[in-house]
Amino acid sequence: MNRVAVVALNTFREAVRDRVLYNLVFFALLMIAAAVLVGQISVGIEQEVIVTLGLSAISVIGLLIAVFIGVALVSKEMDKRTLYALLAKPVHRWQFLLGKFFGLLLTLFVNLIAMSVGLFAAMWFLKQSLVRSDLVILIAVYFILLKLAVVVALALLFSCYTTPLLSILFTAGLYVSGLFVKEMRTIHNEMTSRALQVFLRWLSYILPNFQNFDVMGAAAHGRSIPGSLVLENTAYAALYCAIVLVLASAVFSRKNLK
Amino acid sequence: MAATIQIENLSKDYPFGFLHLKTKTSLEGLTMNVEEGEVFGFLGPNGAGKSTTIKLLMGLIFPTTGTARILDKPITDIEMHQDIGYLPEQPYFYDYLTAGELLDYFARFHHLTATDRRTRVDRVLKKVGLDTARKIQLRKYSKGMLQRVGLAQAILHQPKVVILDEPMSGLDPIGRREVRDIILELKRDGKTVLFSTHILSDAEMLCDRVGVIVGGKLRGVGAPDEIVGLKTQGLEILFEYSGTAGKTLPLLGSATRTGNRYRLQISESELYAGLDQLRDAGAKLLSVTQVKASLEEYFMHLVAEDRTQASAIEVSGK
Repeated sequence: MNRVAVVALNTFREAVRDRVLYNLVFFALLMIAAAVLVGQISVGIEQEVIVTLGLSAISVIGLLIAVFIGVALVSKEMDKRTLYALLAKPVHRWQFLLGKFFGLLLTLFVNLIAMSVGLFAAMWFLKQSLVRSDLVILIAVYFILLKLAVVVALALLFSCYTTPLLSILFTAGLYVSGLFVKEMRTIHNEMTSRALQVFLRWLSYILPNFQNFDVMGAAAHGRSIPGSLVLENTAYAALYCAIVLVLASAVFSRKNLK
Repeated sequence: MAATIQIENLSKDYPFGFLHLKTKTSLEGLTMNVEEGEVFGFLGPNGAGKSTTIKLLMGLIFPTTGTARILDKPITDIEMHQDIGYLPEQPYFYDYLTAGELLDYFARFHHLTATDRRTRVDRVLKKVGLDTARKIQLRKYSKGMLQRVGLAQAILHQPKVVILDEPMSGLDPIGRREVRDIILELKRDGKTVLFSTHILSDAEMLCDRVGVIVGGKLRGVGAPDEIVGLKTQGLEILFEYSGTAGKTLPLLGSATRTGNRYRLQISESELYAGLDQLRDAGAKLLSVTQVKASLEEYFMHLVAEDRTQASAIEVSGK
């Protein structure tokens, strides 16, 4: 089997055995409570409320997993020195990193699928039916997965050269900054300093643009999402992850283990 | 034919301090070879540079200067690891896996079929005495058991070269005996074994050659007998004497007494003068033997020498 796949499957197994999927119990409880409450207090906007709540919960839970486990992917292996025996096998460091990345992505994918099923179950409980336009929710979940892939790549990059705590701060900081990329692009014109204008413009292109992945409003109202946006976001996330992972591999390949 | 492990002028400096502007030398200009099929013991006190050397060979850290080759391939060639087994110092593995799962996981990085993997995992677990504990998660293993798992994963793929960092560490006497047997078995199978240790009796028992490293510098390489022979410690005179100590026989001051028997260690140049003194005092000469230093004494001598030099440098402010 491909070495990247071997590492990835073991990373997934680690997540399962370390009970990462237990968060699904929390999500299930949240959805049950929400379905019962929303049914009683919201008249006519049940779908909007439950979809917004469900997608927000999926996003937040996914982010917590992506940041905290993403940062630990490499740092834990270095701290516990489990990496020593592995890198003594015929495994390139970039293969190890890619394996870790795809392993966590697989964990997130399984999580997101399970949470989506929970969300659809809550919707069915409220409406007693599901319609074709509800499938837009799946695209919103897919966009969340793309967003999380970028977050995992960033967490991996930071954990390759700094401490876990700083890695969490940097990753979270970049995530929050990435939510304001559009504002950054408009605000730079109002700056008086030319240098600051140039800096902000470049920064807005370098930072990951997480706003593009947010289609929660469209999903909540059952509006369609253009196929071009799906392609665009997929290509953007793939390219961004590729660049970040190449950087992470470059850093990690030169790293002296303790 | 080229040596199996060739190390040439290998050095490793570690930066330290807030801005990493200062450096500490952990290994300095190491040059040595390990020949095919030999068991080579790498000896040295803690912090001498043994693990640094091994980590450099395994590509876990990178040299500041120098090169090394294993099986005639540069250490940067990862594919070479198909033929190398490595046991890290104080090994720790994925504790959510069982021993069987861990070994199967590592075996997947080698070109082995599923049947081969199963057979080898079974065999190697039996060899290290863990076949009954194979289904227990590693988080429940003792230190000694983890050491055995480490050894198992190092020899699982039947490598040509086995590099073991402190393989006896954490083992009870039975475990140490088993590891010694495994090393001897590897030797019988024609494998090249390099292992680091500070347990000198193990090195004396197992090694064709040893290298002694102190303070990051290689201080001697050779067969255990040969290497300690380089530092003869003079002669030992055993005699009986019942006279008053110190009055008629000044040599008694530096002799060790057991009953009325005395044991005295002197250099070759002092031998005849010493014998004259014994004869004049009426002592009965029992034996004169050449003192053959043990590996331990040789090792301690080097360590003491290194500490003296280090303190001299400190005092002179260099």
